[in-house]
Order: sequence, then structure tokens, then C-alpha cells
Amino acid sequence: MNLINLLLIPAIPLVVFLVLGIFSHKIKPAASGVIGVAGLATSTLLSYYTAWQYFFVTEKVNGVYQTFVEKTVWINFTDTLHIDMGVLVDPISVMMLIVVSTVSLMVHIYSRGYMKGDDGYTRFFAYLSLFTFSMYGLVLATNLFQIYIFWELVGVSSFLLIGYYYTKTSAIAAAKKAFIVTRFADFGFLIGIFIIGFYTNTFDFQLLNDPQGPAILTWASSSFMGLSVITWALILIFMGGAGKSAMFPLHVWLPDAMEGPTPVSALIHAATMVVAGVYLVARLFPMFYMVEDGFALQIVTYVGAFSALFAAIIAITQTDIKRVLAFSTMSQLGYMMMALGVSGFDGHEGVGYMASMFHLFTHAMFKALLFLGAGSVIHAVHSNLLQDMGGLRKYMPVTNITFLIAALAIAGVPPLAGFWSKDEILVAAYSNSQFIYGIGVFVAGLTAFYMFRLYFGIFWGKDRQYKHTPHESPASMTIPLIVLAVLTMVAGFVPFSELVTADKAGFEAHLNLPLAAIAVGVGALGIFFAWIFYKKENDLASRFATAFGSLYKWTSHKFYFDEIYLFVARTIFFKNVAAPIAKFDKKIVDGTMEGIGNQTVVISGKIKGWQSGRVQDYAFAFIGGVVILALVFIYIFNN
Amino acid sequence: MDILTLFVVVPVLVILALIFTKDLKQARIVSMIGGLIQLGIAINLLFAYFRERAVNDAVMLFTRDLVWFEQFNIHYAIGVDGISVALILLTSIVVLAGVFISWKMQDLPKEFFIALIVLASGVYGFFISIDLFTMLVFYEIAVIPMYLLIGIWGSGNKEYSAMKLTLMLMGASAVLMVGILGIYFNSDADGGALTFNILEIAQVNIPFEAQKLFFPLTFMGFAVLGALFPFHTWSPDGHASAPTAVSMLHAGVLMKLGGYGIFRVAMFLLPAGALEWSWFFIILSATGVIYGAFAALRQTDLKYINAYASVSHLGMVTFALLMLNKTAWNGAILQSLSHGFMTALFFALIGMIYGRTHTRDITKLGGLLKVIPFISVVYVIAGMALLGLPGFSGFVAEMNIFMGAFQQDSMFYRIATIVSISAIVVTAVYVLRVVGIMLMGPVKNEAYNQLEATTWFEKTGIALLLIPIIGIGVAPLWISNLIMESLQPFIQGVL
Amino acid sequence: MIPGVSINEILTLTSILFFIGVYGFITRKNLISMLISLELILNSSIINFVVINKYLYPELLQGMVYSIFIIAVAAAETALAVAIIINIYRRTGSVEVSETETMKY
Repeated sequence: MNLINLLLIPAIPLVVFLVLGIFSHKIKPAASGVIGVAGLATSTLLSYYTAWQYFFVTEKVNGVYQTFVEKTVWINFTDTLHIDMGVLVDPISVMMLIVVSTVSLMVHIYSRGYMKGDDGYTRFFAYLSLFTFSMYGLVLATNLFQIYIFWELVGVSSFLLIGYYYTKTSAIAAAKKAFIVTRFADFGFLIGIFIIGFYTNTFDFQLLNDPQGPAILTWASSSFMGLSVITWALILIFMGGAGKSAMFPLHVWLPDAMEGPTPVSALIHAATMVVAGVYLVARLFPMFYMVEDGFALQIVTYVGAFSALFAAIIAITQTDIKRVLAFSTMSQLGYMMMALGVSGFDGHEGVGYMASMFHLFTHAMFKALLFLGAGSVIHAVHSNLLQDMGGLRKYMPVTNITFLIAALAIAGVPPLAGFWSKDEILVAAYSNSQFIYGIGVFVAGLTAFYMFRLYFGIFWGKDRQYKHTPHESPASMTIPLIVLAVLTMVAGFVPFSELVTADKAGFEAHLNLPLAAIAVGVGALGIFFAWIFYKKENDLASRFATAFGSLYKWTSHKFYFDEIYLFVARTIFFKNVAAPIAKFDKKIVDGTMEGIGNQTVVISGKIKGWQSGRVQDYAFAFIGGVVILALVFIYIFNN
Repeated sequence: MDILTLFVVVPVLVILALIFTKDLKQARIVSMIGGLIQLGIAINLLFAYFRERAVNDAVMLFTRDLVWFEQFNIHYAIGVDGISVALILLTSIVVLAGVFISWKMQDLPKEFFIALIVLASGVYGFFISIDLFTMLVFYEIAVIPMYLLIGIWGSGNKEYSAMKLTLMLMGASAVLMVGILGIYFNSDADGGALTFNILEIAQVNIPFEAQKLFFPLTFMGFAVLGALFPFHTWSPDGHASAPTAVSMLHAGVLMKLGGYGIFRVAMFLLPAGALEWSWFFIILSATGVIYGAFAALRQTDLKYINAYASVSHLGMVTFALLMLNKTAWNGAILQSLSHGFMTALFFALIGMIYGRTHTRDITKLGGLLKVIPFISVVYVIAGMALLGLPGFSGFVAEMNIFMGAFQQDSMFYRIATIVSISAIVVTAVYVLRVVGIMLMGPVKNEAYNQLEATTWFEKTGIALLLIPIIGIGVAPLWISNLIMESLQPFIQGVL
Repeated sequence: MIPGVSINEILTLTSILFFIGVYGFITRKNLISMLISLELILNSSIINFVVINKYLYPELLQGMVYSIFIIAVAAAETALAVAIIINIYRRTGSVEVSETETMKY
């Protein structure tokens, strides 16, 4: 491994960010696009080179991929506890490097077309570079604190990019919401880190994940409310991960985050940043698996499975195409979490872990493709809403084909990428629990259904009243689409089980034919229903909606989670905590201080009358005082 | 001339020079040169300190001791360790930035700069003295000009605010005086002479009863200046009325005297009292941390928001000091530094916004990102620093504080710590609220489209403050080590 | 030293004189009368000085010297006081002490 190469990968986007950020007014928009793309292309090449080196050049030891770590102390807490900064290269970080680089590069290229003519063109590329830098840092982190640091930085870049259209009220609200919800989740994450730091005296991933290390060996030594403190820490850390990965019930920010420009949604809110939570759990997988018999991991499983189901149901009724994709993302992330949760550790046992990473990889490709395709559509019709679209396949052939490929992939149709990874997940779930497997299959069906509802709704059906005839997007936008579509087709054939596994040793994966057949069948069923409902204009869908009136209402309002959060934030915290405190401060605390001052004035006003101004009164008081004192002294001294 | 006394002499010379200036132009040039010299000697002190520290492992370096008032054994005793060096550096930077921000001061510029520099000299003196009495004298020198600065050059309800601030701080220093005299009269407990010298008192075992009695007095005396809940109410009003540079200097530097004094006097000299009382003050500090954050959530005046944010952040300083371990103390000092730079930057920006739009009410502002992009972008950066984003100094400080607080393994400390940590969420909310309402969104007022662009002196002032924030945030190791090794004798004294 | 007269008798006399002065100072309404009462107080103390000096420390002279000193100061003070009174008279047209009450707080 070449350290300089590795450091250059995040350093280049950072430099690009600084250059574009500081000289934003002096750089021409065209130049800034070129700088951004060129910088990222270099990083991407370096990432690919690193991956090639890691997987195919560096020797395995005893059939196990070695972890390469290089770090330096960033700050000391105590004599033993410190935060390091460094790079850690192991199969999952290399895989993430590829994902981040590929999608980011595609999004950079695509944005040159999509954002053309926008006021903040340079600013946009600066933010994208900042994000990419932070994401690389997150991926390469060597310890919990480093990952937290970059975790926050990706959070802020996400905030900046969601709020990119900063004059739009909804965008501001969405940006704030995203930041605050994830910040709340990070509060748990941070406490989890502190607990781990205190009880194990290290933040280092290698030590924490070491079966002979302080965390895994001694988890039983201290407990809190019936669970090991380490388990608590893991649950809290998972809370951070759930916030970033939009797991139920911290998912509310993700649909709103679609207010950002579409390339941003593709990069951050579909392919890279939102998988950080999955990555975090995968990163700490040995700990999750071995501490307290995987109690925390069970929570991950159920939260993941529930989120997958929950989001898939909501996705059916949404009419904003980006929101459908957002809920789809949430659903697929739940899938990945679920896969991690049902995974074992050694050899073929670890198929869930492998499947999760595999799905992360393939999902990044086809979900980015879906978003970029949706962006292309939005670019053409200037609306996000499904009812403003229809019959677009004639006008936008490239977008149509690529979108179809992605939709087939996510529906799990062989031999596209989604089929392979989803199949592995179902295999893992099947071997763990029938219940989870059932949810998985059901969600797969729903996924196929809502995705094709979207596809048919956009590209088939009747033409709408378009202001001007829609046209295919420029080459800068279609080339990324084509590249991603090709990747979606071939990504499934990457031999993941030999490269990225929990024990890093690799195993022989084989297709479980009956399970695969069931999955494909369910997917086909979903597509079939979508075809009946939405291929041609008909009233079947609306009839169903009226038949299941209340259910429809609940799902289309996303089960009122936004309202609940708004109630908690606005009514409880803002009106019933912050407002009384502000009032208390003004009236009681300040009032007390004020009262002391005012009382002093009042008392002095009363006693100042004694100072009558009559010199004779003074003399009288003086003489009287002398006489009294004299008497007192005489009395004292005589006794 | 020894290297520390320069910090008292240079301001005096600057003041003398200012007396002979004729108008704003001359006054600001003289002040700027004075500020640059102070920054120069502060940087020189830093390097001299590193050189000296390599060969000398005394607690305080560059010590000097002159008898001042023999009957009571009062000395002009000075000396510095890493902590005071860091804080002196902070002071010199904020003073210089303050001069730049006041570049266009219209009324009585000469007198304004004189008062500003008197204040600065008091602060320098406080940081270098190791004699309690001298310390107290410098403390008063620093506090008194505040009255004039707010009362004369302030805005709004300035007489009221100035009076409130001065009275509360004077009340606190009366309490403090009792505490310090208490320490003084117990400094012969081991049979030596009565003394005000901190290093000598530290060797004495002050009887437990006396510590128990005088610790809260000393602590309270300093903590009022550090805006400890519930004695913080002077700070919102004071800041709101003060002119920009004064707010900067006050929140950035003067309020740091509180934390520094607690650390150097209350904690160091009365450790047993600190242990005895820590639970009580921890409750107050933790309450202050979350309380200040929530109170900031409801304000509409920018300066009030920032003042309550200061209550929250300085609550963390006292909170960390009471944790009685090295990590938390390191965090407390770092937080003092970081908050100093951040809040000074905030007040500078608020001053610039106010100077252009003539309002500080966030509900009347909107879309500033479009009309004054430079100031707005820096405001966002400062906000991010305030909410503890990694890469800025606040993150480093807060992580040290929380990690240190987590070292205390008991339910009470854990709960207090978690309450304090939860403030980071509320901080994010109030920072984003301001950013959302004031900077983003559509431009609310047509007149704002013609706002004046940022000038070079404003940019210089901002840069002076922004560079240390990012510097500490990106590479904290050197400053953390500088503080850490100076903490060693203190932590030994306490445990 | 007056034969047949003891120090007690003289001190009694001066005490009486002193309290007459005090009484006058407190009760008189006219500023001039008050001034005169003040002189009585001074005189009683001067006599005290002289008598105590003569009876108790006949070999010393301080008492005498201070008496003269006080007389001189009293003269100066009277001059000042009269000047003030005249000014008050010019302003208010009276020398009543009640007219001077406003100089308070």
C-alpha cells in the first residue's frame, strides 16, 4: 500500500474545495466545473488503483486479507486515550472507496449539465468536493472518533447541499431538519463513543474488533440496567448510524432532503452518505456480533427489517418521484441493516455481512442511476410530481432505457445487479429466521411494485400538458446515465464473497435456486400488478385508494411522523420548554437581581428623609449620640 | 525590562501616546500599532516560553517578585505557565481585532481607545500575576472601564445595562475579596508568614473548615464574571448595549477571567473545598449549559442569542473545571480559548450586520446571504464552529470536556454529563434557526440590496479571529500539549 | 490657679456653659444666634484647656498655646460664617435657619 496515494484520495477534493471556496468569485463557472471533475477523476483513478493493489497485488496471509493502518496522534485525552488521524484499508473501506469515487465522479459530470446556468455553480462544486472529502475521510477512518469527526462533516455538507437553494423556504426547513435530526442521533453516537472510550480505553477499530481485545473480552465486567455497558454503547452507536441511514424512527429527514438539487440526492441521499450508518455497523461488526451474544445486532435486525417494510409501504402512495425514490432508499437501507443483523461471522455463516456490503455496492449504482434519471426527467418537465409526467419514453429514449434497467435491477430481475445482492440477503435471512425472511420477500414484492408504478407513470401512459416539448438531456447528463447503467448490469458479477467478508477470508458463494426463484417470482408479481394498474390510464388505482381509504390516507401522510416530530419540536420543546425558560430568565432570575437593586433604591428612599437638611437636627443627633455613647461606656467601664 | 512586565508597560505607553492624538485617524493608527506590538510580544512570549520550558520545569516561568506593600506581605509577583501564555495570546488577538472592528468609531474615538486599552492592560495583568492581591487589583482595572465603555459608547438602554453589569460584578468582587482574604489569613496554617503568593499558598495545607467556608465565596466571586447560572443576567443586557469592540473584548476575554480565576485560585488553593462543594456547582453549571441553550432558542435579538450562547458555553467551562481531572481541565482551558475567539467573531459579525442594516432583530432580517455574502458566509462558519463541528476549535474543547467528565464514574456525574452533552443538539437548533431566518430565505427588505460591501479592515479583523479557530480545530495537539503539561502541578495539588 | 476654687467647680461651670451653647445652637432659629451659641461652646472648651493646664500640668504651656490657637481659628471661622450668613441673607432675604434646609441629599 502506498500511503501517499491513499492520502491523496481525500486530499485532492479538499484542495479543490478550498480553491473553489476561497476564490469562488474569481473563478469562471466553466472552469470550476472542470476543476471539480478533474480533481475527482484523479481521486477515482487512485481509488481504483488502490483497490486493484489491495485485492489483487498484495499477498493474503493465510487466505485472509490484511488490514493496512497508518495513523498519527491528533489529540491526547489521557495518557492512554487519544484520537488518531489516519487511514485504514481493509476490504470494506476499499469497496466504499470505489462506491464513493464512482458515484461521485458520475454526479460531478452530470452536474455540469444539470446545474448549468445556476448562480451558485462554483459554490455547488465546492460543496460537492467538501462532501467527497468528508466521505473519503469517513470511509478511511481508523477509529471511532475519526469516523465521528467525518460523520459530522458529511452531515454539514449534506446540510449545505440540501439548503443549496437557500432562498426557498422549504429547502431551508429541509436542511435544518436533516441536520438537527441527524445531530440528535449523533448525540447518542457520541455518548456511545464516550462509553466505549471509558470502559475499553481505546477508540481504535482494530483493538475494538479484536476478539482478544478489551471490548470483546471484558464486555461482561460492568453492566447497566441488565445489559452490558458495551451493549448500551453499541445501541447508542447504532442510534447514530440509524440517524444517518434514515432508519425508523429517525427517518423523517430523508424525504424532505429531496429539496436539494437532484444530483445531490443521487450522491448523498441515495448512494453514499446514507449508507454511512450501514458502514458503521459493518465496521464494528465483530463487536456487534460478539458482545453479549449479539444483542445489539438483534436490534439492528429488527429496526432494519421494520424500516424496510415501513418505507416500502409509504413509497407506494407518494406522488413526488424523488420522494418515492427516497423512501425506496430508506427501504433498501433497512434491507442492508437487516442483512447485517442476520449475519454470522465465519466463512459461509457470514453471508449476511457479505450480502449487505454487496447490496450496498449494487444499490449505490442503480439508485444513483434512478436519481440521475429522475433528475433528467425533472430537468425536462420542470416538475417533481408524477401527475405532471407521462409518455416520456418517446422524448427521452436514453433516460427511458437506463431508468428501466435500474428499475429492473432494484426489482431483483436477473441478471442485473440487484438480483444477486438481494438473493444473498434473502439466503442469509432464511437461514436465520423465517419471520425476517418473510418480511424480506414481501418488501421485495412491494419494491418491484412501487418502482414500476413510478416507471410506468413517468414513461408510459398519456402525454401531459407540457409547457414546451420535453427533450433528451445533454450528453453530460446522459453519459453518466449510460455508464451507471452498464455498471448496474455488470456489478452483480463481481465475486464479492471472495473479496468482502466478515472474517476477510472469503468463501464460495452459490446461488440458492429455490430461494432465488421465489424472489424473482415475487418481483415479477409486483411488476405485473404495476403493469395492470399503471401501464394504461385507468381508475383501478384510485378505486383501490378509496377502498382502503384510511390506510391510503395514513400511508400517503407517511403515517404522520412529520407531524409528530413537528409537535415534539415545536409545541413541546419550543413552546413549552424554551419559551418558559426565556420567560423564567427574564422574570424570575433577572427579576430577582433587578429586585435586589430596586429594593435598595426603595429603602434608601425611605431612610434618606433622616437627612433633613436642618443643621440643628444633625447637631441634636450628634450630641444625643455622644451622650448615649458616653453613658454606655460609663456603664461598661464601671462594671 | 522583563518579558512579562512589558504587558503592563506597553499598554500604558500606548495610552500615553493616545493622549496626544488629535482625531480618529491618529487614534486608530496608534491603537493599531499598539495592538500589533502587543500581539508581537505575545507571540514572542510563546516562543520564549517554549525555549524556557525545555530547560526549566518550575511551575511558573519568568517569575519576578517585587515587594509592593510590606506590612501585609503584598508583592508584585508575576509569572506564567502554558495556560496564561495561551490566554495572553487570545487577549492580544482579540484586542487587535477589536481595534480593526472599531476602525470607524465616530464619537470620542481617543477616549474610546484609551478605555479599551486600559481594559486590556487589566486583563494582561490578571493573567500574569501570581499574587492574589495584585490579581485582584488588575481584575478591578479590567472591570471598571467596562462601565464607561458601555455607558458612553453603548446603544439602547445603555445606562441601565452599564449600571447592572458594574453592580453585579462589583458585588461579585466583594464576595471574592472575602474569599481571598480568607485564603490570606489561613496562609500561615503551617506556621509560615501570611502571604498572598499563590505558589506559596499552594504548599500550605489550609484547614478543611476554612476551605469549606471560603471555596464557595471564591468560586462565586469569579463565576459571576464567567456568567454562571443564575448570576448571568448582567451579560445579555450588557452585551446588547455595548459597542461591538467592547462586546468582543468582554465576551471574548473578560469573561475568561472568571474561569481562569476559578482554576488558578479556587481550585488550586482550596482543593478540599472544591471536592466538598463540587456537587452543588456542578448542578448549577450543568443547568446553565442547557438553560442558556434553551433561552437562546427563543431570543430574537442577535446579541441576546449570542449572550445566552455564552452562558451555555461558559457553563461548560465551570462544569469541566469541577470535574477535577486533567482531560476536563484541558477542555476547560481550550473551551475558554475557543469560545473567546468564536464569540468575539460573532460579535464582530453582528456589529457589521447592525452597522449596515441598523437592526439586530432576526425577524426583520432575511436573505443576507445574497446581499452581504462575505459576512454571511463567515457567520455560517462561525455558527458551525459554535455548534461544535469538527475542524473548528469548539469541537476539540467540547470533546475534551465530555471525555474528562466521563472519567468520573458515578451516576450523578454521568447524568450531569449527559445533560450537558444534550446541549449540543439544542445549540445546533438555535444556530440553524438564526442561519435559516436571517441569512437564508428571500431578501426581506428592498433597502438591503444596497448594503455596503465588506471593507479591508473588517476582513482583517475577521481573519485574525477565524485563523485561530480553524488552526486549533485542525491541529490541536500543540496547544493541547502546551496546556496539558502546565496542568500537571495543579492536578497533583488537587489529588 | 484661683485659691479656694477647685477644678471641679470650674469644670462644672464650663460644662454648664457648653450645654447652654448646645441648647442655643439646637433651639435658636436665627443663624446669628446659632453662631453666638457656637462661640459659647468654643469658649467653654477654651476655658477647659486653660484650667486643665493650670491645675494639672502647671509646668507646661500647651493648653495656653492651644487656647490662643482656637481663639484665632474661631475668629477666622466667625468671619467665614458671617460671610456665608450675609450671602444667605442676600439670596433669601432672611437669616432663618429653616431657609437653609434645601441643601440636603
